[in-house]
Amino acid sequence: MEIEKRVVELTDRLNYIKDIFGGRENANIALMQARLAEFSSREAAAAPGEKAQMVRQIEDLFAFLENKLDSELVPMDMVRIVRHPARVSLKDILENVYDNYTEIGGQDEYSIDPSMLIARAYITRRQGDRVVNQPVMVIGQEKGHGQEFRNGGSVKPWGNAKALQYMKVAETERIPIHTYVFTPGAFPVEDYPGAAQQIARNLYEMGGLRVPVVSVISEGGSGGAEAIGLSDVRMMLSRGYYSVISPEGAAAIESGIRQGQRVVPELIAECAKRLNITAADNLRMGYVDKVLEEPALGARPHHYDFFKTLRQEVIQATDQVFLGISGFKLFRALVASRRKSGDSESMFVRWTLDDAAADRLVWKRYCKYRRMAETAYRDGRPSGERIASRAKSVLWSGYSFIRYDFLRKHTKNLAKAAGDLEAELRLVAHKLMAPLRKTRDKNAPVVCDPAKSRMLTELSQPEQGACLEEFGWSYVSPKAAEDRAVTCPGAKTYGCPDLWAPDLYGDFAGVCVNCGHHFPMEYQWVMGNVFDPGSIVDYDADIEAGNPLDYPGFEEKLEAAKKKTGLKSGCVSIDAKIEGIKLVSTVLYSAFRGGSVGAAEGEKFIRALARARRRHYPFLAYVHGTAGIRIQESLNGLIQMPRVTLAVRRYIEAGGLYVVLYDTNSYAGPVASFLGCSPYQFAVRSSNIGFAGPGVIRETTGVDIPPDYHQAHNALARGHIQGIWDRREIRKNLKQVLLTIGGRNLYYR
Amino acid sequence: MLLVIDVKALLENIKAAPYEEIVVAAPHTGTVTFAGIETGAHVTGITGAFGEKPGTLLAKLTRENNDKPLFANAKGVVGVVHRELEGRFVEAGTPLVVIRHYLSKDEVIANILQKVLYLFCAPERAKYYFIPSIDKKVKASGPRSVTVKPGLELFIVSRMKREKPLLYEGPEGIIYAVYFQHDQNVDQGAPLVGVCPADQTDLIQDVVNRVRTDWEEKE
Repeated sequence: MEIEKRVVELTDRLNYIKDIFGGRENANIALMQARLAEFSSREAAAAPGEKAQMVRQIEDLFAFLENKLDSELVPMDMVRIVRHPARVSLKDILENVYDNYTEIGGQDEYSIDPSMLIARAYITRRQGDRVVNQPVMVIGQEKGHGQEFRNGGSVKPWGNAKALQYMKVAETERIPIHTYVFTPGAFPVEDYPGAAQQIARNLYEMGGLRVPVVSVISEGGSGGAEAIGLSDVRMMLSRGYYSVISPEGAAAIESGIRQGQRVVPELIAECAKRLNITAADNLRMGYVDKVLEEPALGARPHHYDFFKTLRQEVIQATDQVFLGISGFKLFRALVASRRKSGDSESMFVRWTLDDAAADRLVWKRYCKYRRMAETAYRDGRPSGERIASRAKSVLWSGYSFIRYDFLRKHTKNLAKAAGDLEAELRLVAHKLMAPLRKTRDKNAPVVCDPAKSRMLTELSQPEQGACLEEFGWSYVSPKAAEDRAVTCPGAKTYGCPDLWAPDLYGDFAGVCVNCGHHFPMEYQWVMGNVFDPGSIVDYDADIEAGNPLDYPGFEEKLEAAKKKTGLKSGCVSIDAKIEGIKLVSTVLYSAFRGGSVGAAEGEKFIRALARARRRHYPFLAYVHGTAGIRIQESLNGLIQMPRVTLAVRRYIEAGGLYVVLYDTNSYAGPVASFLGCSPYQFAVRSSNIGFAGPGVIRETTGVDIPPDYHQAHNALARGHIQGIWDRREIRKNLKQVLLTIGGRNLYYR
Repeated sequence: MLLVIDVKALLENIKAAPYEEIVVAAPHTGTVTFAGIETGAHVTGITGAFGEKPGTLLAKLTRENNDKPLFANAKGVVGVVHRELEGRFVEAGTPLVVIRHYLSKDEVIANILQKVLYLFCAPERAKYYFIPSIDKKVKASGPRSVTVKPGLELFIVSRMKREKPLLYEGPEGIIYAVYFQHDQNVDQGAPLVGVCPADQTDLIQDVVNRVRTDWEEKE
């Protein structure tokens, strides 16, 4: 009986190996198979003792070969490991790593989203003779060993919302958070709260969480991973992957296949390699702090030693964060940094923090992310210029401190005192003049200045220019130079006549005069017609998009994009004015690699935000178009999501006004982070806003979506944006927004 | 009064020409460039769950340097392509392509019923209900148990919480088919019920059954 059990176990192990090697020919696997087959053929004739001997031999062989095979794993095998139903899941971790736990808001499929698991757990530790239960909030995706309702760990927006809710609870309760990332990516539905918008909200809030967050990544699939992955210590399981896109997705883009076609497996494996998705890659690039070694061929629920290590590591990581921000640590910080793995019980750290420590924690988190991906873009400026720019920043900081923090405070106090004094004087004067007013004839006719009266009573005064409209645009699209007619897509529904291109793209600003359909225009149109003429000052133009992973063939594509646009990245940073109101703006434009965001674009965005903060100017993110994160940069691109969101948070917290304006198509990563987190997002009528495009949605969810699914009006109806503007009225509306939302605190809240 | 139609003859007629000829004409003036279609080629109509995929490209009509595509709007086989118009400037309404659209079972049945039934249509966009006594009858023994005559109070028209009765106008007969659903709005002019003389019911049913069993759908 026992032998049969062991043989079944061996067969399972062999099947697992075959699964993760994806049908690849391998002599070792063939040998294992042959030995197992040989055993079954000789089993009947063998004596019980001999059988046990044979099984033991095969077991030894398996153990030996598994270790050997482990060194032959390629990145795509890692992908297969984490997706395998036998892979450890969050529930296994809760059972084996924590001493006790209570699952919150879910019992198997009875949950708002069974793929997101939340639990209050505790870890029991010893201080001297005392036993201390240290509570933590555990949040993570649950794959449930292939349980269908878990959706493979692909979390719906409401699942991420629940995660955020309990992060805030942890913050209130001042307990640390442990997050476990087990997701192939977020589930791409736009229904409120919206896949992208909820991830953006999570990132924004996690950036300011006043309790330590430790994350462990097993399967880090793009935006879904980021939704709970922003943390103070980021660890990764050695056989896991962490990537901007699934290798299948990258291969589909690479090969340019159409819907329904299959990509060849070799290309998928090649893409997995090129994307640098393994734990070792991410450690090398600095996107994870530590790699936790797993048993050969990946951790499975029966690897109890692995759970023991994991427990030590998460305790140590949490200790380290607390010690890093604690005011009183003496030798413990020193010891903690030199402590060996698995030695977490030798020292006790209380997991509590005061306000000052929480401030330090948030600041350290910002600095940690600010330092990431700094070598992933090219800075073409000579060193002299760099020093000058830094000196200028310092001067601006000094100036704004004197002007806004110091002078403004005192003038405000002075103005307040003067105002109070004036009001007192007026009251006294009013009382003193009372007898005089009594003598005045109440029925005497009121004398009014005739000119003033006319101005107040008449509807308009043409001679003052009230009826004159400004005609013509300062910037006219080159498309207006073509002599041809253009068909409006609304022609069938609204009977729009054909429009002559010079009219349409010239006078009409790309808007159908009949139905109001907005034809896409180039970003220069907004640059030329929305901002005050001559007010635009370009800066940081030398920050250049690079190819940090040496992705094959990408260098040429980048060069072509640079040549086509005459710019070095997909982001333009400018200082500008709208009717005299100064602001800082960044433009993400679609002509440069689809407006994708990589390390250079992220860096420019952060620098522009810092500039706006230093100068106390409002910030406008004009998103002409963005296709998402630049996949060829992999994690260097993906990390821009939390990185830039943290910068946005810092700017808003400092009192800034952050406005986002979408045009044409804006999708994926940027919308799910630093754009989607803005409380003021507006869209031009031509916009499509979403998390994933129709093709990806069909492939992931199996549902066909209507063609207008991502249209701005639907985004507005779902509550993702705050308003839709006509292109011809962007300037007017922006001024309105700056005055009403910014108000008298436009430059300083 | 309903016409007494020889339904069998009608079916024979449809069988003799089991397709509908759809003439694709130029919607406006322009120079014609035909796409690579030949007589006998199969074309598809508008498809997709939301009608978002256009049919097969038939031709391009160029006016003021604006190429406007002409797509097939029904599935079928290309009957005629007016190749002589290739590269020529045509007026609006000029026939360019003829598509033979082979009728499906449902289309044949709809065709026959349209000819033999009297369709009583919705006078305005609203939700329609049978009055309770008739509704009970329809639910218990099917619509064919209801005999209607002019002036009979048949429907309740419900629109924005406002309800009013609607009298049946038309020839006497029994309700053969019901085209509306009680919880959905019916557009103005859309049929509510189809009425036929009581003695023709069996005949119509017979023909419909024969179409259902015998009709061969062609590509």
